[in-house]
Amino acid sequence: MIKGKIHSIQTLGTLDGPGVRFVVFMQGCNLRCQCCHNPDTWSMDGGTEYTPEQIVEKVKRYKEYFGKEGGITFSGGEPLLQCDFVRETFKLCHENGINTCIDTSGDLLNDNVMEMLKYCDRVLLDVKYTENDLYKKYVGCSLDTVIKFLEYLNKMNIPTTLRHVVIPTKNDYFENFQKLKAITEKYKCIDYVELLPFRKICTVKYDKMGIEFPFKDIPEPEYHDMEEYRKLFH
Amino acid sequence: MENKNWNGFLGETWKNEINVRDFIQSNYNEYTGNSEFLAGPTDRTSALMKKVQELFAEERRKGGVLDVETGTASSLVNYAPGYIDKENEIIVGLQTDKPLKRGVNPFGGMRMAKQACKAYGYELDPKVEQEFRYRTTHNDGVFRAYTDEMRSARKCHVITGLPDAYGRGRIIGDYRRVALYGVDRLIEEKIKDKKALGEGLMDVDSIRLTEELFQQIAFLGYLKEMAQSYGYDISLPAGNAKEAIQWTYFAYLAAIKEQNGAAMSLGRVSTFFDIYIERDIKNGVLDEQGAQELIDDFVIKLRVARHLRTPEYNELFGGDPMWITEAVGGMGLDGRTLVTKSSFRVLNTLYTLCSSPEPNITVLWSTQLPKGFKEFCAKVSADTDSIQYENDDVMRPAYGDDYAIACCVSAMKVGKQMQFFGARCNLAKLLLIAINGGYDAESGIHIGPQMDVMNVEKLDYDAVYERFSVYIEWLSQLYVKTMNVIHYMHDKYAYEKIQMALHDTQVDRFMAFGIAGLSVVADSLSAIKYANVKPLLNENGFITAFETTGSFPKYGNDDDRVDMIAKDMTHKVITELRKTPTYRNAIHTLSVLTITSNVMYGKNTGATPDGRAAGQAFAPGANPMHNREENGALASLNSVAKLCYDDCRDGISNTFSITPEALGRTEDERIQNLVSILDGYFAKMAHHININVLNRETLMKAYDDPESYPNLTIRVSGYAVNFNKLSREQQKEVISRTFHETL
Repeated sequence: MIKGKIHSIQTLGTLDGPGVRFVVFMQGCNLRCQCCHNPDTWSMDGGTEYTPEQIVEKVKRYKEYFGKEGGITFSGGEPLLQCDFVRETFKLCHENGINTCIDTSGDLLNDNVMEMLKYCDRVLLDVKYTENDLYKKYVGCSLDTVIKFLEYLNKMNIPTTLRHVVIPTKNDYFENFQKLKAITEKYKCIDYVELLPFRKICTVKYDKMGIEFPFKDIPEPEYHDMEEYRKLFH
Repeated sequence: MENKNWNGFLGETWKNEINVRDFIQSNYNEYTGNSEFLAGPTDRTSALMKKVQELFAEERRKGGVLDVETGTASSLVNYAPGYIDKENEIIVGLQTDKPLKRGVNPFGGMRMAKQACKAYGYELDPKVEQEFRYRTTHNDGVFRAYTDEMRSARKCHVITGLPDAYGRGRIIGDYRRVALYGVDRLIEEKIKDKKALGEGLMDVDSIRLTEELFQQIAFLGYLKEMAQSYGYDISLPAGNAKEAIQWTYFAYLAAIKEQNGAAMSLGRVSTFFDIYIERDIKNGVLDEQGAQELIDDFVIKLRVARHLRTPEYNELFGGDPMWITEAVGGMGLDGRTLVTKSSFRVLNTLYTLCSSPEPNITVLWSTQLPKGFKEFCAKVSADTDSIQYENDDVMRPAYGDDYAIACCVSAMKVGKQMQFFGARCNLAKLLLIAINGGYDAESGIHIGPQMDVMNVEKLDYDAVYERFSVYIEWLSQLYVKTMNVIHYMHDKYAYEKIQMALHDTQVDRFMAFGIAGLSVVADSLSAIKYANVKPLLNENGFITAFETTGSFPKYGNDDDRVDMIAKDMTHKVITELRKTPTYRNAIHTLSVLTITSNVMYGKNTGATPDGRAAGQAFAPGANPMHNREENGALASLNSVAKLCYDDCRDGISNTFSITPEALGRTEDERIQNLVSILDGYFAKMAHHININVLNRETLMKAYDDPESYPNLTIRVSGYAVNFNKLSREQQKEVISRTFHETL
């Protein structure tokens, strides 16, 4: 029987996909983004094991809150690493009329992932940088793989939210936003762009784990700067 | 029975009998649009409100009480008419001759009245005391009849907050009747009822009722006299919107002059007013701005209402509340919504007059409410933290579509049902008393059945449950008997004459019991069942601490293993209560509500098996204990939603605090998500929720610098308070509560 390794569950998620969502944070990630705010989900060990049925039994208890838009979101960690489990859970969700969504870095595309995406109603795709070398340096994969993933989403017509964390001094330069905009215009599956401010409240998690937060000295973006950047996309 | 003031109104039934519901149903226009039509405050309103704000500031500077009228006992016609600013007021009438000046009400008890004066540096005029020397107060009566056991239960705080020294409140007069019918018609009907009663058998019940009717009729006369002193003749029906609001307000004012009940709720007036406002607008004599101004002026009057309380009282009910609860919205039995434009106008006062805890605006939520209204409510909640929500879909089947809320969560049909308020028993303390075999270690009082102390290595769930059951049975009996004494005496010595005059002569009565510490008990029993709980004895051989090892499911995580314990407890308590007959055949009801007394209850309760330290505050109402929720907000809501309204007909209070960031990124998202949360929670058949959308940091700043946050309003437990009117202890407890946030 397929089991998923789950870091934690947030029954009220309003930031990871449309509407009110039941968010499952998967345990384990293959990347080490230096801006990551969930370092406690990196390790492939640990987490609590659940079967797809167990998760769906839980989600069903929250159906009343979902309204027209809400549903379940798999975040993490990297849900693609456990895509068989995600797929089976999504199938059951669809049988129960529950909208499905993943929050991913899009660094993996294989048959299993493609099979899972058949049951995924929306993808929240993190595009962290628009340069290959920045991707290599601060994430540990290449922009090209992410774009390949996006191309597939576009081909399959899967509604996609493009997410981009604005990190001052790293990716808050004009050309970056221009390139990002070009991406959103090129791939019609992208119907929404979320620019998120880099935040450091996760520092406590790093401290707790006894590791250094690589971006600890980077300032959080100003509110009005974020508003300006957002204007570029609307 | 025609009256020219009824011109344009439809329907017949309400003309032939006292029937406000029929009048509403025959004449109101539902409104299903959004809030765009609303008007802002007029200059007059803003100027008047500025004056009121200055008075509030002065009241704060004076330690919470601006002035006390010590020379006369409060009643309908004992004070000269009072004004805030006579020339610029539209709706008039104050409790005493000056705004924020508090009257003294010794009818509940002389000692409390004297202490209350003294606490704020005043001395009750000996003349008043002299007047009451040969008069029995409610408090005198109760203590004449209390048994030793009742006194002990009170002294050791296993039953507390009982209305035995102050007005019981929680009675809602149908104040609208005065506007719709005029006082003369109401007197006429009461005279008829009294006559009919006299033709029947004269037994204890009918003699008592006959005397009550005599008092009701007399006080309807005083009501007219009171209005006359302000230059209004309210003998006949109100002829326009302004008069309808003024007549209704006079009736309410009479009630709060006569009674200092803990909760003096208003009822359900906005849709009633809307009928008059719509008629005036149709007749071209009123526009939107004028309509809002009328509502604003009325609400200003409600915001200056005050009662004089003792510091001990404030410990139970912090923040100087009046519970001027106004129920807004809901659905009609015919499927139309009862939302009207005036429902919006009442909510709009939180913008036109700034946020405020009073009146206690209570939205009767139904999943079928119009979208525009739902969204406006959510917006007002997010902006002001001033409103609470109650599930119309669970109450409507029980109370129809003209019920209102007394206090926080007590539903009753307006003018047809009333309740005997009964505060609450401390269920967590009772558990400790049970484990100690009838001994309260905090007070050193032996009480209840005397048994051995459960001195074992590991507490056994079945044994504890069985033992606890015995004590629940014992306490339930004692509780009902105590309440019977209190309400017999209240009826006898402090009968609510004007409020009951605005009820049908034959009313249904509820006897409202309550429990505090539900989440502590649920988690404690869960700890005993799923972990290892070893009782620790003090030098006298009584259990005063516990060593709990291992993990156990905690209430607030949507885990049936413990949530069902909580549910079972409420069922058990109400079932036991029902076994003892009540005074005047009242129907037993139960609430899970603490107001701010959860702090005081915690203070008086020793360490509990769930790991709660001695003296630590309980969670308010039916809330899970602070910071024990591990799966986020909806899991917590689901746990509370499992408590059954049929067992807790007097209400299940839940207070929910969430940071704006956790509710969504944009204002629109936050509004939509809050609507989804409310729809979901109430679809689960939950009963009540207070919504706060704010950051802990804001509260901490207000704690350190109250002057900068004069209007910071926060929902606590069934009501809202000005944060800076809470005691330091209560403030700290509010800050320590779970804030659902995003990480």
